Amino acid sequence: MTVLPRTAARTARERNVRAAWLIGLGIVLLILPRLIYPVLALDILAWGLFAVAFDLLFGFSGLLSFGHAAFWGTSAYVTAFLLGHGQSVPVAMLGGTGAALLIAVPVAFLSVRSVGIYFSMITLAFAQMLSFLALQWTDVTGGENGLQGFARPGFLGLDFSDSVTRYYFALAVFAVGFYIAYRTIRSPFGQALQAVRDNEQRAQSIGYNPNRFKFTAFLISATLAGLAGSLYTFGHGVVSLEVVNWRTSGEVVMMTLLGGTTTLFGPVIGAGLVLLLRDVLTTANLPVGIVTGLVFVLVVLFFRRGVVGTVQGWLRRR
Amino acid sequence: MNTQLLLIQVFNGLVNGAFYALLSLGLAVIFGMLRIVNFMHGALYMLGAFTAFALGQAFGLGFWPSLILAPLIVGLIGVVLERSLLSRLYGLEPSYNLLLTFGLTLLTQDLVKQVMLSQYAVSSAPYTPPAALSGVVNLGFVVFPKYRLFVIGLALVVCLITWLVIEKTRVGAIIRASTENPNVTRAFGIDVGKWVTGVFGVGVGLAGLAGVLAAPIYSVEPYMGAELIITTFAVVVIGGMGSILGSVVTGFAVGVLAAVGAALYPPIANTLVFILMAIVLLVRPSGLFGLPEGAR
Repeated sequence: MTVLPRTAARTARERNVRAAWLIGLGIVLLILPRLIYPVLALDILAWGLFAVAFDLLFGFSGLLSFGHAAFWGTSAYVTAFLLGHGQSVPVAMLGGTGAALLIAVPVAFLSVRSVGIYFSMITLAFAQMLSFLALQWTDVTGGENGLQGFARPGFLGLDFSDSVTRYYFALAVFAVGFYIAYRTIRSPFGQALQAVRDNEQRAQSIGYNPNRFKFTAFLISATLAGLAGSLYTFGHGVVSLEVVNWRTSGEVVMMTLLGGTTTLFGPVIGAGLVLLLRDVLTTANLPVGIVTGLVFVLVVLFFRRGVVGTVQGWLRRR
Repeated sequence: MNTQLLLIQVFNGLVNGAFYALLSLGLAVIFGMLRIVNFMHGALYMLGAFTAFALGQAFGLGFWPSLILAPLIVGLIGVVLERSLLSRLYGLEPSYNLLLTFGLTLLTQDLVKQVMLSQYAVSSAPYTPPAALSGVVNLGFVVFPKYRLFVIGLALVVCLITWLVIEKTRVGAIIRASTENPNVTRAFGIDVGKWVTGVFGVGVGLAGLAGVLAAPIYSVEPYMGAELIITTFAVVVIGGMGSILGSVVTGFAVGVLAAVGAALYPPIANTLVFILMAIVLLVRPSGLFGLPEGAR
């Protein structure tokens, strides 16, 4: 990473660019359910937050988790289970998110000691164990059938049987999650995290404990992924084994890369693009895997900075 | 549980272990030499099986010619992939290789599915073993299908040959030198790039071979490599990434352990390997046969 002197003008311009992204994204998200089906729009929020959570770890800490479905899936199941047992929507969501955090503590403890590809593999292994648990523990998870037909009782006068109401409630939750991620990155903790990512030895020599930073980042990331998973359950009203499958872990990587890592807005845009693309392909009855696989390959080969990264680079050069 | 049943499980475990060993051997060769985490290995295994099936459909080729031809074709596909795509990512973090090959996996699986559906109107096809290998053998203490014994035997021979070539021959010395110190090796007049491509081709050729061998047991379908590759990754990590010996020994051992575990408590079969992996990584982060990252 090249470090340029930070002039006041440059900082001000960066702030303007950020504000422009924020306003743009905000407007799009506010009118989204008027443009596409509200359920698909809510999917974009849930996956978008999931991708932001993933990027907190991948982009800002340099750790490629290939098992983030574990946290998304755990929360999705727990949320559905609590809703099925008569809990209100906020309680179910908090329960799901809390469960993701709880699971993340031992996983983070064991995995942040590994580096590079070993980290990817051990996170994958834990996700596979959870996927096995979801398949076997049929009393709680419904096994192959998954969970469905649970109620979504109204809250503060909101009627959640209406998909547009559901969307705007989800947008509020999404905003909270996004703000937490944003604050984390902009905080001294976030700066130190990036220092650890860029040069672990140097960060250590100035007194940081790299593993402690990675551990905390992992927990925040997993918790936000859990919040996203509970949104997904809330939006769909169905949970299947797919939420803990390794393809889900791969998909969130793809969304993040496509949108642009370390850009924060990028993952949301990436999630939107992938879901819209898939929607178009399924409606047109085209082979989804061939096209998404091709997009993935092209992004990794020629477009590693993603949509937002490329646009930002282009703006900066002007 | 009676001894008879246990022995049958051990043999079935060895068959699964043969596939784990062949696949993780290829992965280990590729990772050890090229530092590529080839997520596509499972899809290439599937391509091996599919190629054998397609050769049979198109040219009436039987099992034996396919056993030679299909791995060659898959190896050639590997060479093309390495030259055209993977080589563009050298020098970047290994994560990008993982991600690229993940994308290629999605692409290949659905491509083969489309071809199977449009050309043969099936999405899954049985593949028959050759007549010479059908039927069973009485080993005295257990009766076992001939074909499965053949798979175990062939996998052992191939693993042994690969190990001998890499550890004991001049070719192996050149390969090891090319990867450990490409610049010095180049100075000796050796074309490192060609060797790297060759190693990748042989590695994925091994996956193709495993695919042909698997076709008569599991039948041919586009997603046959999808779950297998995840287990194989676990095997590679347990054995120590890049360790040839580790991948072979662990491959067979995991196969047997999972099969015996499954006989005692059926639901655990698919997860035992991941539990094992978590334990091994806790005790020895670089795997059973692996050297610590810094020691390479």
